[in-house]
Amino acid sequence: MSDVSLTVNGKRVSGSAEDRTLLVHFLREHLGLTGTHVGCDTSQCGACVVHVDGRAVKSCSMLAIQASGSTVVTIEGLANGADLHPVQAAFKEHHGLQCGFCTPGMIMTATDMIARHPEGLDEPTVRAELEGNICRCTGYHNIVKAILAASETMSKGAKGKAKQAA
Amino acid sequence: MYSVNYHRASSVADAAKQLKTGDAKLLSGGMTLIPAMKTRLAAPSDLVDVSRLKDLQGVKVSGKTVTIGAATTHYDVSADEKLKKACPALAHMASLIGDPAVRHKGTIGGSIANNDPAADYPAALLALGATIVTNKREIAADKFFKGLFETALKDGEIITAVSFTAPAKAAYQKFRNPASRYAIVGVFVAKGKDGVRAAVTGAGEDGVFRSKEVEAALTKSFEAAALDGLKVSAKGLMSDLHASADYRANLISVMAKRAVAAANA
Repeated sequence: MSDVSLTVNGKRVSGSAEDRTLLVHFLREHLGLTGTHVGCDTSQCGACVVHVDGRAVKSCSMLAIQASGSTVVTIEGLANGADLHPVQAAFKEHHGLQCGFCTPGMIMTATDMIARHPEGLDEPTVRAELEGNICRCTGYHNIVKAILAASETMSKGAKGKAKQAA
Repeated sequence: MYSVNYHRASSVADAAKQLKTGDAKLLSGGMTLIPAMKTRLAAPSDLVDVSRLKDLQGVKVSGKTVTIGAATTHYDVSADEKLKKACPALAHMASLIGDPAVRHKGTIGGSIANNDPAADYPAALLALGATIVTNKREIAADKFFKGLFETALKDGEIITAVSFTAPAKAAYQKFRNPASRYAIVGVFVAKGKDGVRAAVTGAGEDGVFRSKEVEAALTKSFEAAALDGLKVSAKGLMSDLHASADYRANLISVMAKRAVAAANA
């Protein structure tokens, strides 16, 4: 057993866990953050994607103790109260989900993807970047549409802020 | 996963010391090791995490010499601006590994220490004639990759970096398995000061190897047309449900041709 200390969605949390405890299980079972899903459990499907120190990772393929000291953002950390994050709003608007199981991982991957491409995204890039996220309902089409729309909204928002700052 | 004890190394020397505990294994990105432990294909008693060691991080380019810390992630290799100028082929190769989340964790040192027969980095380092630097010595890539999941590393030896001289021209092309996305055949070609080298991953029964046929043809002329009609021997190539040895042999010349075309583009 080891002590695991993390900053999750802006809050400092700690707990005792076996060294073999996976990050996804620590989030779900110790912290009750069940928005992060376990799909395949073999690092293929991406339902468990969270951000660790600002980068999208598969939380089923990382030990909680490996992340100790790090900052973690999960799907629960994106919305600002009742206001959805622009990526969440775009998934709703463009019907980017059906059963919803893959959605938390899709949205965490999408927010990371948009952040890494401040120059903007095109469809082939989005499809290539979704390599590690599997959806068995939508056929991806509306997911891609949602991510492209969110990318555009967020870059406009960033430009607006830059103007305000100037 | 069986029970395991985790240690976070404070230095390479500390990691070497911790490695003497029980049946300890080094943990870097963990993109192969953790899934292998989950399925109980691997069951180390202890894990020594070297992924946060600052000494093992980052890409340095000094003139034509490129040095990459062993714990540098695939993403950091793919996105490094200095490397994109010095050896764009390697940055591009790193961008083709796994998926974005895997590239954020997986490291170059972990990949070559594991020496998966379908991994991309072994082909790149062999074609670039790279040197693998450990806490004990320097090993030429030609002597490092020994066979399936087998390397020249001795017990307790830790890869700290890889270095190579940037080639004049290089490129990597792979034909992916449509399900696993691993290379069925991947070919890295490089034209450097020691001539042309072409290394093949995904195909060899003993893992990564240099293709003499491709190298001989490209030494005469480093053009895609030089490989027209090239017959690569199927001897020593893998046959499995994904591809026969003959099919892989054909793919070697096709991928080599595409790689040369990309290198000259």
